Amino acid sequence: MDAVVGESQITYDARGLVEVDDTVLGVAVVKDGKATIDASELTTRKINLEIRSLVYEQGIEDVTILNPGGKHSLGVGILTRCKMTFEGSLGYFALGVIDGPEVTVNGRVGWSACENMMAGVVVINGNAGSLTGAAIRGGDLVIKGRVGARTGIDQKGGTIIITGAAGSNTGFMMQRGRQLLLGDVGPHLGDSMYDGIIYVAGKVKSLGADCVPGEMTDEDLEFVTRKMGLYDLGTPPELQKFVCGKKLYNYDNLEPHERKLVL
Amino acid sequence: MCGIAGIIYRDGPHAVGEDMKQMLQSMKHRGPDSTGYALYGTPSEAFRMRITLADTNTKRDFDFAERLVRRRSEVEGKLRAVGASVTEIDETTDYTSTFTFDYSGDLKTLADQVESVRDTQVLSLGHALEIVKDIGDAETVAAQYNLDKMQGTHGIGHVRMATESDVDIAGAHPYWAYPFSDVAVVHNGQLTNYFYWRRRLERSGHRFQSACDSEIIAVYLAEKLAEGTSLEDAMTQSMEELDGVFTYLCVTADSLGMAKDELAAKPLVLYESDNIIAVASEEIAIREVVPGEIETYDPFEGEVMVWTR
Repeated sequence: MDAVVGESQITYDARGLVEVDDTVLGVAVVKDGKATIDASELTTRKINLEIRSLVYEQGIEDVTILNPGGKHSLGVGILTRCKMTFEGSLGYFALGVIDGPEVTVNGRVGWSACENMMAGVVVINGNAGSLTGAAIRGGDLVIKGRVGARTGIDQKGGTIIITGAAGSNTGFMMQRGRQLLLGDVGPHLGDSMYDGIIYVAGKVKSLGADCVPGEMTDEDLEFVTRKMGLYDLGTPPELQKFVCGKKLYNYDNLEPHERKLVL
Repeated sequence: MCGIAGIIYRDGPHAVGEDMKQMLQSMKHRGPDSTGYALYGTPSEAFRMRITLADTNTKRDFDFAERLVRRRSEVEGKLRAVGASVTEIDETTDYTSTFTFDYSGDLKTLADQVESVRDTQVLSLGHALEIVKDIGDAETVAAQYNLDKMQGTHGIGHVRMATESDVDIAGAHPYWAYPFSDVAVVHNGQLTNYFYWRRRLERSGHRFQSACDSEIIAVYLAEKLAEGTSLEDAMTQSMEELDGVFTYLCVTADSLGMAKDELAAKPLVLYESDNIIAVASEEIAIREVVPGEIETYDPFEGEVMVWTR
């Protein structure tokens, strides 16, 4: 299986936590092109191998995972279009580096969910931990609950929608993309952001460095209306818009090797 | 990295030893160096004091066993000298002991006297508090100290990945808030104004057992409590006065508190129901004691919460 090439080469494991066995158990029940995995007795690696085997090798496009039990790193690295549903809570690093899947999580996710997501849709029907959607580059990430701190840190694209309250440093160092925060927001919103847009419906505790209010335009409203329509979130409430003030743009435009040529 | 966990039952005593063991074992990946428990059993009139007579790293040379016996009887002598009447001595392992005694004097005098015996550390002292900590994962420590059958109302625990000081019992959490009876602290994070507070607290007469930054929190809270500040107020003040990244849990005879720093840099997941409150660095630990799908959330930055059983 291409997706797991390289995993069998792990040679350093001082803490004895690596699961060496990479055989796919094949315990998924496939019916009418839909697969169901009961994860209650499976380890993280067995669950992930099972999912990859289904979507990459067996061509299944709809996978449901029952009883994930808050385990870490589930559903990571799925680089193809498919539908995944998790019936339960996930732990840390859930759904990291995915490119394409349409995921529904009926439960909570821990820290660093959807880190570096490239494309796809993730809807979390529950709360999320800190660093949700860190460095995402594309796709939609919808959290129907509250999130911890630093949501969308280093965001480089895509849209993050949060219906509940958000913690401190939301949109920290974001570079592109959009955030729609429908609840109250903690201190240092958009701290040191480079670019991108943050829409907030609730109260903002404080703005971070170089994050300034912007003017809502018709395009903004249309974008929000469409996105909220897509995820059954009703019509847009009154929104504040925040963008980068570009006061911290102190670097020059040249790369170090270019500068040498000029000087 | 470290992992912390805490549990408080609102409907009377439960198997707190077994529950904490499961919670901590599920977070072994966060810290395999040492594990510690602070458990509250049934309160009694008498004091219970857990001590170590040597650390796990102390050299086991030829008269090591004799020295332990000698120290144990020295401790007993010191207790008698300050007016405590010892009713029971439980020799859990060769280098740790639990003393049960009646005492009505000043706890600091007593603890100072006990620690004047060479290499002896008081791990905990109180009417219900028992701190057990040693090197190894949660199951190893629980088996070594027979915690599986321990019944209690609340407790906290810690799995440690040592970053700032040695892997030994002195560096393991939880820390007892010396000399404040029945108060203990576990901490996940780093404190950056450690020496500032250490010098300051040392000047006001407190002693430090270890070079571990987390001990500051226990001593800091002990001083605040001694001044008459409530636990919640003391924890709120610590948000301003302690620098660094931290999430810590504090337990007293009847309550459990959590505090998270201004940056929310260290995780904590919270579950609250009518019968039980469970907090842990990872949800996976809470699921060990509350099976099935549950609603949990992360407390926000700078939050202090205290629950009373």
